[in-house]
Amino acid sequence: MTVEVRLPNILRPMAAGEPIVTAEGASLREVFDDLVRQYPALRSSLLTPDGEMHRHLNVFVNDDDVRYLGKLDAKVGDADTVTLMPAVAGG
Amino acid sequence: MAHYDSVLDTIGNTPLVDISELSPNPRVRVLIKLEGVNPGGSVKDRAAKCMIEEAEKNGSLAPGQRILESSSGNTAAGLAMIARVKGYPFTAVVPENVSVERTKLLRAFGAEIISSPAAEGSNGAMRRAQALAKEHPDWFFSYQYGNPANPKAHYEGTGPEIWRDCPEVTHFVTGLGTAGTIIGVGRFLKERNPSVSIWAVQPPAGETVEGLKSLEEGFIPPVFTDNDGYELVDRSRVVGPRDSIEWSRRLTEVGIFAGISTGAAMAGVAKCAKEIDEGTIVTVSPDGGWKYLSTDVWTGDLDDVTERARHELYF
Repeated sequence: MTVEVRLPNILRPMAAGEPIVTAEGASLREVFDDLVRQYPALRSSLLTPDGEMHRHLNVFVNDDDVRYLGKLDAKVGDADTVTLMPAVAGG
Repeated sequence: MAHYDSVLDTIGNTPLVDISELSPNPRVRVLIKLEGVNPGGSVKDRAAKCMIEEAEKNGSLAPGQRILESSSGNTAAGLAMIARVKGYPFTAVVPENVSVERTKLLRAFGAEIISSPAAEGSNGAMRRAQALAKEHPDWFFSYQYGNPANPKAHYEGTGPEIWRDCPEVTHFVTGLGTAGTIIGVGRFLKERNPSVSIWAVQPPAGETVEGLKSLEEGFIPPVFTDNDGYELVDRSRVVGPRDSIEWSRRLTEVGIFAGISTGAAMAGVAKCAKEIDEGTIVTVSPDGGWKYLSTDVWTGDLDDVTERARHELYF
């Protein structure tokens, strides 16, 4: 499965400045593994040292927050878009 | 009741209106709670009143003491109104990229306004307020993102009102800002009926927060994490400004003139309605459209308005 990954401004310098990159995988974990293989500098922004999702990173498969879809086990399909966003609050 | 003793007594008990004609699924009812009818103009009157009254009760707020809060507008408006009625001076830290109506409204209620940089968004305003609170320990910093009185207002008010008016609710869909509404209402509804599904709707983190230097500067409200938000919420969807604006316009078809965050909530409702077979969705309209007239949300070219919304805070 090839998915499109959209990066926020703050992560682009770790991915050769690209706003959108592609990665392979059938789950978010596999997509993240492929991203880290391509862009090792992204690792600490995607994952904690224990391999969990970064606390302040929101990840959406299409428009759906993966924290409620199994986190790193969330399934991704061909032509899905994975969007990464920093966690912020309104109010 | 023939009359109210104070305008503060008119906060809450807002109307719940069936707008199922806007539902994209004929087997899904949609009801919307109109919080714009609160006297300060938004749902945030509830949290503002509860935060002030709880602080009065526990002694952290005394007559004459200055109240401090950071807000993109609505919480500040509620606090400014109540502070004015009760005689407290009030300082609001407000990002400079909120609509002009919001700062004018605050000034109308006599609030002191401190602007924070647009590029830092609501989180920058909050950091500035935290610094001010340290400099002025004699002020009362209501801190809506971490104050238990914020979700309490919804657990004791909004939630019971929804249950009273629509016990057949199957899905509650609401915007995620401080998380006060979703935590308070969500917990109340789940206690009454554990099968009620709680959906969060988030605006995309766009240019308004691109001032972040690293993910470490990100922020999740303690109101959400301290109340097991990740366990309480069942789904969370992100909706873009274009969808939100289109839904703000569609709401006028049923006579509802509401702010862009209501359009965002409705965009989330539409996603939910399309995904389920049948049910009854309840959502919240946080405020009316009055404070956004200058943004041309309803009348401007959709592309232009969408582009501007990327640079303006609307949650």
